[in-house]
Order: sequence, then structure tokens, then C-alpha cells
Amino acid sequence: MKTKHRFRWPALLLAGVLVLSACAEDDPDPAVDDDVEDVDEEEPDPDAEPTDDELSEGRQSEWFDEEEFDAQMAWREMEPEGPEGEPWVQYIDAEFRDTSEWATDAPWDVCFSNAAVDNPWRQVGWTTMQAEVELHDDIANFTHVDAGGSDEAQIADIEELLERGDCDVLIVSPNTTAALTPIVEQAAEELPVIVFDRGVNTDATATFIQPIGGYAFGAEAAEFLIDNVPAGGNIVALRILPGVDVLETRWVAGQILMEEAGLNIIASEFTEGDTATVRSIIDDILDRGEEIDGVWMDAGATSVAAIEAFEARGMEVPPITGEDQNDFLQKWDQENLTAIGPTFPTYQWRTPIIAATMILQGEEVPVQWTLPQEPVTEENLDEHLFDDMPPLFYSQCGCEDLPGFPERWQ
Amino acid sequence: MSSPPQERTANPARSLLAKFDLTDMQSGVWLVLLAVMAVGWILAGPNFVGGGNLTNIAVRAVPLGIVAMGQTLVILGGSLDLSVAYLISVVAVLSAFVMDGDPANIPLAIAVGLAVGVGVGLVNGLLVTKGRANPLIATLGTGLVMKGLLSSRFAAQTGSAPREFQLLGYGRVWGFMPLSILLLLAVFAIAWWLTRGTRFGSHLYAVGGSKEIARLSGVRDDRVIIGAHVWCSLTAAMTGLFLVARLGAGAPWIGPDGIYDLESIAAVVVGGTALLGGRGGVPGTLAGALLLAVLDNMFNALQVDGFLKSVLRGVIIIAAVASYALRSKRKDVDIA
Amino acid sequence: MSDTTKPADEGRVPQRQQPAASRLDRFGGHALEHLKASAPILAVLIVIFAAIIYLNPAFLDPPVFLAFLRRAAPLMILAAGQVFVIVSGGFDLSVGSLITVTVVVAAAITEGDPDALIPVMMLVLLIGVLVGMVNGVVTTMLKVPSIITTLGMLLILRGAVFYWTGGSPTGALADNFRQFGREAFDLPVIGQLPYAAIIVIAVAWIATRLLHRTAFGHQLLATGGGARAAQLTGVNITRVRIIAFVLSALSAVIAGILLAGFAGVSAQVGQGYEFRAISAVVLGGAAIGGGRGSVVATVIGALTLEALFMLLNLLGLPQPLRESVQGVIIIGAVVYAGLRLQRSGG
Repeated sequence: MKTKHRFRWPALLLAGVLVLSACAEDDPDPAVDDDVEDVDEEEPDPDAEPTDDELSEGRQSEWFDEEEFDAQMAWREMEPEGPEGEPWVQYIDAEFRDTSEWATDAPWDVCFSNAAVDNPWRQVGWTTMQAEVELHDDIANFTHVDAGGSDEAQIADIEELLERGDCDVLIVSPNTTAALTPIVEQAAEELPVIVFDRGVNTDATATFIQPIGGYAFGAEAAEFLIDNVPAGGNIVALRILPGVDVLETRWVAGQILMEEAGLNIIASEFTEGDTATVRSIIDDILDRGEEIDGVWMDAGATSVAAIEAFEARGMEVPPITGEDQNDFLQKWDQENLTAIGPTFPTYQWRTPIIAATMILQGEEVPVQWTLPQEPVTEENLDEHLFDDMPPLFYSQCGCEDLPGFPERWQ
Repeated sequence: MSSPPQERTANPARSLLAKFDLTDMQSGVWLVLLAVMAVGWILAGPNFVGGGNLTNIAVRAVPLGIVAMGQTLVILGGSLDLSVAYLISVVAVLSAFVMDGDPANIPLAIAVGLAVGVGVGLVNGLLVTKGRANPLIATLGTGLVMKGLLSSRFAAQTGSAPREFQLLGYGRVWGFMPLSILLLLAVFAIAWWLTRGTRFGSHLYAVGGSKEIARLSGVRDDRVIIGAHVWCSLTAAMTGLFLVARLGAGAPWIGPDGIYDLESIAAVVVGGTALLGGRGGVPGTLAGALLLAVLDNMFNALQVDGFLKSVLRGVIIIAAVASYALRSKRKDVDIA
Repeated sequence: MSDTTKPADEGRVPQRQQPAASRLDRFGGHALEHLKASAPILAVLIVIFAAIIYLNPAFLDPPVFLAFLRRAAPLMILAAGQVFVIVSGGFDLSVGSLITVTVVVAAAITEGDPDALIPVMMLVLLIGVLVGMVNGVVTTMLKVPSIITTLGMLLILRGAVFYWTGGSPTGALADNFRQFGREAFDLPVIGQLPYAAIIVIAVAWIATRLLHRTAFGHQLLATGGGARAAQLTGVNITRVRIIAFVLSALSAVIAGILLAGFAGVSAQVGQGYEFRAISAVVLGGAAIGGGRGSVVATVIGALTLEALFMLLNLLGLPQPLRESVQGVIIIGAVVYAGLRLQRSGG
């Protein structure tokens, strides 16, 4: 039987379909046209970076954007503007946008396309956002669609929201940056779009809300280790996964600062956020007979597992970084660890709802709404301890004054 | 695995019968699809069956539908392919890398993507036939190999699709018909022709029905299975290319994040094709993929929690397959 | 699907349908039998261990080796359960999700209360029995292929537990719940003997007896070898297959308890374990599609897989490539098994 011959046909046919489609003329979506080149320009090109051996590895990374890096380092030093004690409505170094074109009478329908609620950070954030919605009687309907962590599903979700046509404003927490850019641009032609958490490569959004950012997070952790680990000490870096900008930027900044300060990064491994993997990685390194003088983490969810790996051997826990996660903070408090908790605060989930109501009233909003991002340190640790909250609660939720606290978050 | 032995060694007349019997499970799943749409209409309002929403549902079904068209043939032949998810990622990353935003590179990128598909399909097919490896383990293995190679080389989104290629994901013809739906229909048409209009197709059904009997009647079963694997990997490659058009770049996580391995198997079995091979066909799979997309769309319209969606999906998949299995059991009894 | 790939002419039938011979064996030669079944994988394990010791002589220190055993324990237990389903002719893909359910439910229910230890252990074991029963009943009585049943169960369990907790784990685990995967006895000479190591040995011993020395085990192997023939000789194939799924689910719960101790609460805790367990069974030489398999060889297979990961780590291979190596190894194992059968079957 001539199997091969029989398969040549369909293959040719298909190649034909693909090529034809690539040449199709109809294009109801000019937004796609405009953005593609932009995407290219904005994404750092790995080849464009100098490959000078003098540069730290971090500075050669494709995730290193010098301008953004410098901006974040500057923002860390600036005093945020806005109401005292309410960091979720504060802003740093903001330019404002007129939104009167979108003003419309209440009640409003607010739609939210969420990447996923698949980790404790997002869970706390999502709970906080729902509580914030309850504060606003003007929001008649709040529609939430969850893409379950899939780019393709989120694109389809947004298409469906647009198709149904009953949103006054669209909030997007993108699953990944580049993939969601075309659809966000398309949506921005029809209604105001608020993007938060991760970004998209477009300025078509009404406002983009984010705490200072990943470089600042990574730098905070790195500076702490530089101050607390003897010069030339061995650092292990534990990272969740590659390819996500908010995490990659943390690592780039951490790498740059630690390398330039002469710390010795002996390992950087991906954990996929799994505590068992973290435990195994630390065990592996110690089994190899290497010494660990400091642990740098790109997120706090697994810090406790790393700490336990040292405890299980009766070793002293070296300086370690985490996040504002309750189990880590409590461990830190109980064991008197040398630690720091940089944050990517979950209170940022309140801001998009507040921004939505401002936009629909025609109030001006920051084009890039940069929220403050303060780390948990030895000095303010007590303020961040919540004894009766679950271990995976994030203390910087800004949710203490929201309806249903604390039961809702337990 | 669960079916009694008599199903495996069904007489050849049965599998021939099944071949022409378009009224069995396959039309059943289309009826179920209609019923679910009606439920959606009642629960979510008339917009649910409006042209706009129907288009959305169809577009949602495209990536899964294409690869399920390949998975169907493999399953019809009594094999299975768990490597499609990582193959989708590999093709997406490679073709976006080759394209690099330049329209002149599109044909080369497509050729590279499809060639990788053919290569992986050949490896899978050879392992399952000449290597006598259990298909689940063999394709799990090739999937892992691809996963490791991919993530050791590409950590992030790679390359970019030029505007012309993104039209495949977002463009429309005649002002309303998304190109992506035409692509799915084209793949479906080829798969239908392959299964129903060629000798390869009838051999595939024969091999899936009973390898022994097919072999005795002169079918070169190894070639048929290899052919089915090559076609399956080709469809995975096409899904990878489509996703590049849709996402504008190649992302190494795109395949596993979409769970295309298990979801494509689910679409096939929900579409009435027997997991043991020999019975079913691509029209049912098309309905199966559409059904999964309708459910997603409906759950969104009804604001069903994301995790509850997963539960309902699991229940529906099991229930669908159980209903077919029970029906075919009855039929077996009738025939006996 | 697996059934179709093992046509009757592969010559395996005579090997597996010998309950009478096995019964004779019961009075002697069991150790030999296990050794025979495990010889190929044991050889691989010894080579890997030798390489590890060469690269890191500390591996021979009892504490280091036992710490390795503690880490490998969950997979060894899980594989010892999975092998029951595989020799019966099926697959259990739901075990990874069941591990997650075990950990998350235990944390959410007890909220760190040490007094809840006994009730919560009973609860998670009960959930295991229930999940196994449903898998078994749906597969046998509703005639749904086990891949689909357990895939559906995977989606259901993962969705249900996070629907219940709202998207990620809540609550906390008490230290006495975590002791099983975490603590160790202090012993002279060898230092610390992890609880997990003892649990592994106990589970492996029970599973070995169950599969190789009870009527149930023989019936299960006979069912996997040929359901029709087994039925004709009076085996209640539905019952034995349901029990196999229950055993697999119970092994997942025990593995979950150990993992909870080893690493604490995490939403990712069970991810990928289903395929790792199947890989271990394949390495142990069990026939995919049913009829033949050894618990001892499977447990060694799991240990080999973990040892391999450790070796690759010592070699400094990046983590992603370790998965490629795992892929190559299981392909190699299954091709080796397939071709060997083909040869012996003529």
C-alpha cells in the first residue's frame, strides 16, 4: 500500500490553505496591523545586547530593559502621591489621561477577563477585588471570566465579552504579555480597557496598573542578601518558572545586583512553585557538599519549604528572601530568621475597580498607574503578622477595611 | 481495556457495518450538541445562538478541533498520541522563530513546522509498530523528550508572526467568516476523505477493529498505523501554526497549557469514537470539539466558576463515553 | 487501546496463565522469582548507584542515603499501587490529582489542629477508597476505558478541591500530620531512620504479598492476561479490577501524606506524578495491557527513576533535559520489553 503517496496530497493541500490564508485580503481588524511592528520594537532583542564579558549575565538578558530598570530604581526612592494609608489609590510619577469620552451614567456593567485564579496570590487578589466591587453600588453587573491559565482561552473569552456587548469597561489581567496584545488593542477600540498585574505591549489601554515592578522586587531581595551574606558567599536562586515577565524581571535585577556585588550564584533552578521540588533542590545542593550562604527567591510561596530543608538537617537557616505570605512571615517571626519579604502587593486588585468607576465618571486617571511597593522588613514585620489568617494569605492585601474581613479571606 | 474480549475480536462484518453506519453514536453527538445549544439559549438568553456567538464558539473550537482530527485517526487505528501538546509547542516556537516577523519567511516557517510534524509522527509510528511499544508510553516518552529539549532552549516567547500570518488567526473572508473556521473545515474535509474515501481509511478501520484479521486479509498494519501517526502529528503541527497566528509569537507553554493531549482524546471519545479503535469517525470528533467549546462558552455566559468548569467537564467526558459504551454493549447483545 | 497492542500471538499467554505453577512456587523460590523479575532493572539501578557514589561518595553515608530514600518514598508507594491497575489491564491517571486532594483537604479541614490527626487520616483514606471505587465501577460496570475514566476523575478531583477552597490551598497542616514524611527515628550507627523508609518497606511488603501470594493477586493477573479466560475459570473480574483501582487510590493517599510531610502544603504537589508512576511501572518491566508485573521490580523501578534524577543533578544537567532523559528511558524500557516479548513469542 502506498501510504506515503497518499499523504503527499493532503499535506500539499494544507500547505496551500495556510499560504492562501496568509494572503487573504479581508482584514476587519486594523488594530492587528498597527501593533505588530510595535511588538517587535518593544521586545528586547537578545542579539542587540552587547556580549561584553565585563557585563553581568543579568545585563545581557533579553529581559533587561535598561530604561525601565533605571525608572524602577528611581521610583523606589520616590514618595508616592495620593491619600495617606491607602496605597491602592496612590501613584508614583504619574501622567494623567482625560477620560471624559467614556463618561456614562450609572449603573455600569464592569467586565473582567482574568488569566486564572490558580495560585494563592491570585486567590487573595481575586477575593479582594470581589470585596471592592461590593463597595460600589453604581456597578450593577460585574462579569468575571476565568481563562484557566491559557492564552488562547483568554483571547476567546475577550472576544466573547466584546461580542455580547454588555460591558461598559473591560478589566484584563493578561495571562502573558505578547499573546494578549492584539486582542486588548482590538477591545480598546470599542471600550475603555484597564490592564493590571502583567502588562501588554500597547498604549491603547485607558490605564495600566502595576506596582513598581519586578526589577524593584528582585533588587530589594538582592540588596538584602548583599548586606547580610559575607562577601563572595554562595547564593542559591529559586525561581518559579521562566518566560513570565513579572518573574523574569525580578531575576534579572537580582542577578545584576548580586553579581556586581561579588556574590557567587551557585545555582538558579525552576521550582514550578512546588514545595517538594524546592525541598529536593536544596537537598541536592547540600548533598553535593556545597555550602549555601543565602537563598534568593523570586516569590515567597515556597520559602518555608526551603527553610525546612535546612532545619531538617539541623543546620542554621542562611539569610533568605520571601514575600508577604503569612506562613513565611510567621516562620520568620518564630525562628528569628535573617529575612526580608519584598512584595508585589495584592492590594493592586482593588485599583482596577476604583479606576473603572473613575473612568466611567470621566475623571482623569494615570496613564501608567504605578502603585507603591514596600517590602516587609525586620522593622515592620509585626504589622504584617496575622495570627488567625491562613498560611497562604498575603498580608499586603489592603483588605482589612473591606466587607467580610477576615472570614472571606480565611 | 474495559471491554470484553469479544469486542476486540469482533468479526470483520461488524467493522464494515460500522463503516457505513452513519446513524450511530456520531449523529448522537450532533444531537447532544444541538440540545446543549438549546439549553444555552434558555439559560443564557437568545444572544447565545446569535451569529456572533456561534462564530465565537466555532473559533474557540479551532485549535483543539484541528489536532483532534489527527487524534481521531490514530485512535481509530487502535493507537494513541500523548505527544501532541509538546509537538504543538515545538512547532509554534520553531515556526515563529523562523518567521521572525518577516512575511517572506512564512512559506519556509510553514514548511519547517509541517516537516517537524512529519518527523515526530514517523518516530511515534515506528516506535508503536516496529518498536512494539505501547502507544501511551511511547508518545508520553516522545512528548517528554520534546518538552525537555524545548524548555532547555526556549524559556520565553520566541519570534513573531508577521501581520500577514496573523490574518490566519484574526482575518475574515466575505466580511463575516473567520479564516480560522475555514482552516478547521479544510482539515476536517481532508480527514474525512482520508478515512472514508481512501483505501488507507478502510484499512485503518480494519486494523483498529482487529489487527489480526486485518493482517490476515493482507493489510500491512504497520504502514497504516505509521500513516495515522504522521497525519496526527501533522494536525498538531497545524494547530501549532494556527496558535502562532493567533498569539503573534511562539510560546513554549502553549501546548501543555491548552492540555491539547488529553483534551484532544476527550474530543475524540466524546465524539463517539471507540478508544479501542475501529469504530467512530471524524464527523463525531468535530461535534465533540464543538461541544467542548460550547460548554466553555456557556459556562462563561453563566459565570460558572473556573474550577467547577473542570469538574463538569470531567463528568461530561465520563458520562458521554459511558453512554456510548452501554449502547454498544446492548448492540453486542443484539448481534449475539 | 492497550489491549489492541497486545495481540494474542505475542506468546505471553502461556507465561501468565499458570496459577497452578505459581501455587507450587509459593512454598519456595519466591525470592528467586522476584529477583528474576527485577534483574534487568536492578542492574540498571546498581549502575546508577555506582555512578552516584563515584560522583558523590557521601551517598554511602547512611543519613544521606536514607534522606534520598525519604525523597523517593512517595513515588515508590505510588508505583506499588499503580502496578495493580496496570497488571489488570488499565491505567490510573487520577493519582496525581488525588495526591493534591489529600494534601489540600487535610490542610483545609484540620487548619493545623493536631487533635484532628486520626479523623483526618481516616477521612483522606476514605476519600481514597471512594475515588478508587468510582474509578473501578465506572471502568468495569459502565465499560468506560480506564484512561478516560481516570482522566475524567483527574479533572473532577482537581476542579472540585479548588472549587471548594477557592483556587488555592487554605488552612494548614499540623506537625503530627507531617511527621510521617518528615520525621525520623534516631538510631545508633545509621543515624536517622525516616518514618517514610519504614512506610515504604511496609507498603511494598503488603503489596508484594497481595499481588503474588493471594488468590486475589492471581485472579488479578489472570484478568489482565485475558479477561474472558479469567471469567470462564470463575474469577469475578469486576470485583478484582475495582479492588485494583482502590489499591492504587490508597497508595496515592499514602504518597500524599508523605509528600505533605516532606514539603508542606502546595497546590502543585501531585503534578506529574501519574506519569512518573506509570514510568516507574514500565521500568519495572510490567506488561502494559496487563497480565504480568512484579511489585518488587516496580518499586525498584521507582527508586531507579529517582536515582536517575539524582544522578542527572550531580552531573549538572539542566532540569528540563532531565525530562528528556526520562522520556528516552521509558521509551527504551517499553521498546526493550516489546521486542523481547516478540522474540520469546516467536
